[in-house]
Amino acid sequence: MDPARPEDETGRSPGGRPHRRSHTTSADVARYAGLFAQRTTVMRSSAMRDLMEITSRPEVISLAGGLPDTSTFPPDSFAAQMTRIAQESSAKALQYGPTEGFAETHEVIEEVMRAEDMRPDPGDIVVTTGGQQALDLICKTLLDPGDVVVAEGPTYPGAVPVFCSYEADTRQVEMDDDGMRVDLLEELLAELDREGRRPKFIYSVPTFQNPGGVTLALERRRRLVEIAREREILIVEDNPYGLLRYAGETLPTLYSLDGGDYVLYVGTLSKILSPGIRIGWVCAPPPVRAKLVLGKAATDLCTSTLSQYFVREYFAEGDWLAYVDELRDVYRSRRGAMLRALASYFPRQATWSQPDGGLFVWATLPDYIDTTDLLAKALRENVAFVPGAAAYADGRGSGSMRLNFSAQTEEEIVEGIRRIGAVVGEQVGLYETMTGSFEVVQPEEQDDPSTSSAARSGGDGANPGPASGDVLPFHRKPLRD
Amino acid sequence: MRVAVLKGGRSLERAVSLQSGARVEEAITALGHDVVAIDADERLVSRLKEEDPDVAFIALHGPGGEDGTVQSLLELLGIPYTGPGISASVLCMDKVQAKHRMRAVGIPTPDWVAFGATAFRELGAADAFEEIEAGFGLPLVVKPAGQGSALGVRFAGDPGAVPAAIVGALSYDDRVLIERYVAGRELAVSILDGEALPIVEAIPEQADLFNYEARYEIGRTRYVCPAVLGDAEADAVTAVALHTWEALGCGGFARVDVMLGGEGVGPQVLEVNSVPGLTDTSLLPIAAEAAGISFESFVERALELALGE
Repeated sequence: MDPARPEDETGRSPGGRPHRRSHTTSADVARYAGLFAQRTTVMRSSAMRDLMEITSRPEVISLAGGLPDTSTFPPDSFAAQMTRIAQESSAKALQYGPTEGFAETHEVIEEVMRAEDMRPDPGDIVVTTGGQQALDLICKTLLDPGDVVVAEGPTYPGAVPVFCSYEADTRQVEMDDDGMRVDLLEELLAELDREGRRPKFIYSVPTFQNPGGVTLALERRRRLVEIAREREILIVEDNPYGLLRYAGETLPTLYSLDGGDYVLYVGTLSKILSPGIRIGWVCAPPPVRAKLVLGKAATDLCTSTLSQYFVREYFAEGDWLAYVDELRDVYRSRRGAMLRALASYFPRQATWSQPDGGLFVWATLPDYIDTTDLLAKALRENVAFVPGAAAYADGRGSGSMRLNFSAQTEEEIVEGIRRIGAVVGEQVGLYETMTGSFEVVQPEEQDDPSTSSAARSGGDGANPGPASGDVLPFHRKPLRD
Repeated sequence: MRVAVLKGGRSLERAVSLQSGARVEEAITALGHDVVAIDADERLVSRLKEEDPDVAFIALHGPGGEDGTVQSLLELLGIPYTGPGISASVLCMDKVQAKHRMRAVGIPTPDWVAFGATAFRELGAADAFEEIEAGFGLPLVVKPAGQGSALGVRFAGDPGAVPAAIVGALSYDDRVLIERYVAGRELAVSILDGEALPIVEAIPEQADLFNYEARYEIGRTRYVCPAVLGDAEADAVTAVALHTWEALGCGGFARVDVMLGGEGVGPQVLEVNSVPGLTDTSLLPIAAEAAGISFESFVERALELALGE
C-alpha cells in the first residue's frame, strides 16, 4: 500500500486503511443463516428500505422522514448550557447514571406532562433512550411470540419492526377522522375472545396520529379507557406530538382519563426539544415499571447521562414552552403550505387528512396505484415520501402515503407536493386511458361535487377548520359509543 | 495496481450496489491492490481523471452502471473495466431488445409484447389486452423493460389486474414488457470468461414467487448449488445460457436467468444481468465458490479479463 495516497492519511490507524475482515463466502452466509433466531426471519426490510436509501440524497426533497426542525434551536443557548455542564458537573456528567434516570430528569418529565394536564407519580417514570426504546422495552417485557398486539391501521411505521421482532400477532383496527374505530376494536376483541385469545396491549397514538394525522375523539378516548378496565387489557399511549397543536381544543390524554392504572404512557423530548439527545420515557404502574427497569438495565444500563444533564440545564432556564410555541408557529405555517399545495396539485381522486397538530398528513390514492412503485417514480423527480405499506404489519396500505411537513421549508414543501402530484396525475391518466373508464373511484361521501370542491379549498393553512369526512381516506360511520 | 471500484450511484438498486462494491473492495485489498472506492455521482468523470486508476471494477447495478453509459465513459477515458462491453450492456439492460436477439437466433424465451407508456394514450394499446390474454393465458408477467432487479415485477392473475400492474411497472421505466408466465424452476447460470459455473437454483422459503425481498435477504430464499438436475436437463440449461452469452456479445462475467419449464417447455431464458449482484447472498459468488473459485479469485480473474490478460 502506498503511504503517500490521500486515503491513507486519515490517521485512523498506524497501518493506514482500517482493518476489514475477509469473510462472506456463501458457506459463511449459510453458517450465519443457521445461527439467526427465528424472529429475524420476520423482521421487515425490503424493497422499500432500499428505496428509502436514496431519499437521503441532498437533491431529494424528502417529505419522508419525521424529523423536527432542529435548525430553529438557538446555538448560543446550546453552547452556554454545554459549557456550564463542563465547568460545573464534568465528572458526574461523564459518569454512568441510574437505570431509571436521574430524579432531576423525572422532575422535568413531570413538568412536561403537567403541560398536558397529567399528574404522574415520579416513582412510575423510567427515562429511556428515546420513545423508541420505551416501545422496545414494553414489548420485551410483555410479549411472548404469537401474542396479540392491537394497533391502529395505519400505525407508527417505527412500531411495526418492533412488533415484528418480538413476533407479535399484530391486528390493526381501521380509523376514521375521529381516530381508531372503537366499535371495530370491540368487534375484534369479541372475535379474539371466541378464539380464546386476549391482546397483551393496545398500542395507540391518539393525538395527531403518526401517520394518519387524525386525533382520537373524546368520547372514544373515554370508551377506550373503559374497555381497557373492563377487560383488564393494557393500553400503550404513545404521545410524541401532544404539545404540537395548531388548531382546535386540547383533549385529555388516555393516561389522564385512566389515572395510570391500565395506560402505559410513552413520552419523548424529541419533538419539543431534540431527537438527537435521545430522551424519552415511560410511565407505568410499579410492577410493570420494575420489569421495564430490569429490561433496560440489560439493554443499555442507563440513558445518556450527558443528555440528561443537558435536559436539566435547559429546563432550569424555564422558557422551554416558549420554544415549543416557536416550533408550533413554524409547523403551523408549513402544515398550511402542504394542505394548500395538496389542494392545488393532487388529482381529484386523492384524499388526505387535515391534521390539527403533529408532523404528518396521510394521503390516499386510488387503489390501482401502489405507493411503493410510485416512490420509485417520484425519486426520479427527486422527491420522497413514506409508502403506506410501511404503516401496516399485514401488507395493507399500498394505496396511501405519509407526508411530513416539519422538516422542509414551505417552498420545498410546495415544490415537493407539486412533483408528487404530477407523477400521481400521470399514473391516474395512464390507468384511465387503459381501462377506458374515466369514472372516478371514490368513497361514497365524495359523490357530492360541492363537498369535493370544499375539500379542494378547505385547507386555508392557519385554520383549516375541523376535519371533515369528505377529505379523509377513512369511511365514516356513526359511533357506537 | 490501482483499482477503482464504482458503486452506489443513483439507481434504485443503490443499496445492493453498495453491498456488492464493499465486498469487491475487500477482495481487491486482500489481493494486495490499491482500492479507490467511488460512489458514482456527478463528479464521477472528474474523480476518475484525478485518480487515474489502472482498471475499474463496475459494481453498479441498474440504469447508468449496467446499461452501457458508464462503460462508454470509461472507454472515453481509456480505463479498462470489468464485465461486458458497451453493446452487450445496452442489450442486457433492455430486456426487450435482448429477447428480440434471442428469438432471432433460436434461443427459447417466453412470448412477450412490449409497449412504451405513450402507446396506451396515442395508439390505444389497451384495446389489445384481450388478444394478449388469449395468446399468453393467465397469469401474465408484467415488468419494466429496463430494470435489473425484480423491482416492479408483477404477476397479474386476472384481466382486471393488468392495468394496475402496468401502472406499477411504468413507475420504473418508460416501457413495459408483458410476458407469458412460465411455471417451473428458477435457475441462474453464472458465466465467467465464457465458461459456465455450476447452476444455482433459487427456492423461495415463503412466498410462491421469487420476489425482490427474497432475492436480497438471508433466510428468505434457499439456494441450491449445484442445482439438482438430470444430466440432460443441466446440459440443456447450460447450453442455452452459453448461447445467450454469445448471442448478446457478453464478456468478462454475467449471469443468465433461466426458467426451467416442464415437459415440452424446457429452459426459457428470462434475462441476462451484465453486472450481477455480488453481495453475500448473490448467486454468482455462490456459483463461483461451488466451482472452487473463491470470491477473491473471481475478482482477480475479472480484473485480468478487463486488462486483456
